[in-house]
Amino acid sequence: MRWTEPVARVDERRRLAVTQITGCPILATYLFLWLGWGTILCNPAPSLAQAPQPPHYTVVLDAAHGGDDTGGHSGNWAEKDTTLALSVRLRSLLAARGIAVVTTREANTNIDPVHRDELANHANAQACISLHASLSGTGVHLFTSSLPPAQPARIQPWRTAQAPFINRSLSLAGVLNSALQHAGLHVILGRTSMPVVDSMACPAIAIEMSPEGVPGGSDHTAVDSLNDADYQARVAEAIAAAIVEWRSPASGTGAQQP
Amino acid sequence: MIPRYQTVLFVLLLAASVIMTVLLWRQLDRAHQHMLEGQSSAPTQAPLVAPAESATLMVASDSDGSLQPRVLSLPLPSLEANPGARARAILGRLLDLYAAGDSAHPVPGGAASIEQVYLLPEPANDSNPSTASNKNAQTGSQLAVVNLSGSFAASHPSGIETETLTVLSICATLHANLPRVGSVRFLIDGQQHDTLAGHADLTRTYLTSQAIAEGATP
Repeated sequence: MRWTEPVARVDERRRLAVTQITGCPILATYLFLWLGWGTILCNPAPSLAQAPQPPHYTVVLDAAHGGDDTGGHSGNWAEKDTTLALSVRLRSLLAARGIAVVTTREANTNIDPVHRDELANHANAQACISLHASLSGTGVHLFTSSLPPAQPARIQPWRTAQAPFINRSLSLAGVLNSALQHAGLHVILGRTSMPVVDSMACPAIAIEMSPEGVPGGSDHTAVDSLNDADYQARVAEAIAAAIVEWRSPASGTGAQQP
Repeated sequence: MIPRYQTVLFVLLLAASVIMTVLLWRQLDRAHQHMLEGQSSAPTQAPLVAPAESATLMVASDSDGSLQPRVLSLPLPSLEANPGARARAILGRLLDLYAAGDSAHPVPGGAASIEQVYLLPEPANDSNPSTASNKNAQTGSQLAVVNLSGSFAASHPSGIETETLTVLSICATLHANLPRVGSVRFLIDGQQHDTLAGHADLTRTYLTSQAIAEGATP
């Protein structure tokens, strides 16, 4: 059976963004494009003809925003800088533990949200972490997609590619919650609708780092907290510990592919 | 030698010019003020003559990421006569709470940030349009379109939690007071926007039942 990995752009007037089709039979690919169904994502079904993939464990780190897109900002502080700093810390910690890491950006560059998802979905990762920072609230906020869970299908719409992974994403959020609380951090769990996370075909979490301490402080205090190297290190250490725990087969948390 | 009558005429014309300039300047200033007042002359506040009714506001808290119901007594337009104005007045009160100094979910803007609320019959989701429209006709389910001001989106604090809570609290408050509202869409200055302030997706339709469930679990 032939498989193809084309990337095509379709009519944006229909809000069909960029089409990313991986692992679709070539006939199905062009049929869907011809029908104008637009954003689809095909997962190759298990096949006896396919050689077994060597087991590997990959984590995608997405430092949100970058370049012209500062994200939240106040004075000299910009969300894009904090997310990049956290991503770099986390990448080092995970690499030191023998975990393969794919990052969506390594510098202050503007990355299209669709391209972030393309990188994540090509990596065939066991965990995808979108890193954010905010001056609002306190502690660390863990958000999973608010899409309703769906059964894995051969063809997934791009905008709801996360749906078959919702239960495993919730499980990953639970592991992260335990690790962050164990590190003495205030954690809030929630569900949200974010295009970047909704299109990730892997267990995905958006982690938002907010200032430590009492809410309602000034922006200056909040910025100091977010820039605090010790606070960033504790958050990164806790996330790394959770990802190691998530990898462990004994945890039974679903890091392994279904 | 300039004749006396010409001097008098010149002085009179000069005085008239100065008076005209002052009058025109004042007229211009008055017209500008009138225009500014006109922008917010739509009734963001319910008329005081309306009877006070209780309204349930689903108030967000950044500290625990929850929505808590708060019952307030407000003068509200009639639900039958003008449900859109009623929804707007209720949401305006909700955003006034967020704009207050002691808010647990601080968001600047207040009631003027809600430009319009349109209530429409919910579009059919069924593959068979006739069946779906019959179902919607039976249930009377409505889609609320909330048009927010551009200044509200521009000044909204950026962050996943704060943006999500604003969206969910608006959805849950609408459903708490107008139970027929089953889904909500958002516009900014009449246009569709990708996100509220960089995070929360505004291109999708929010289901109010889902908003209540997500807001109830901190």
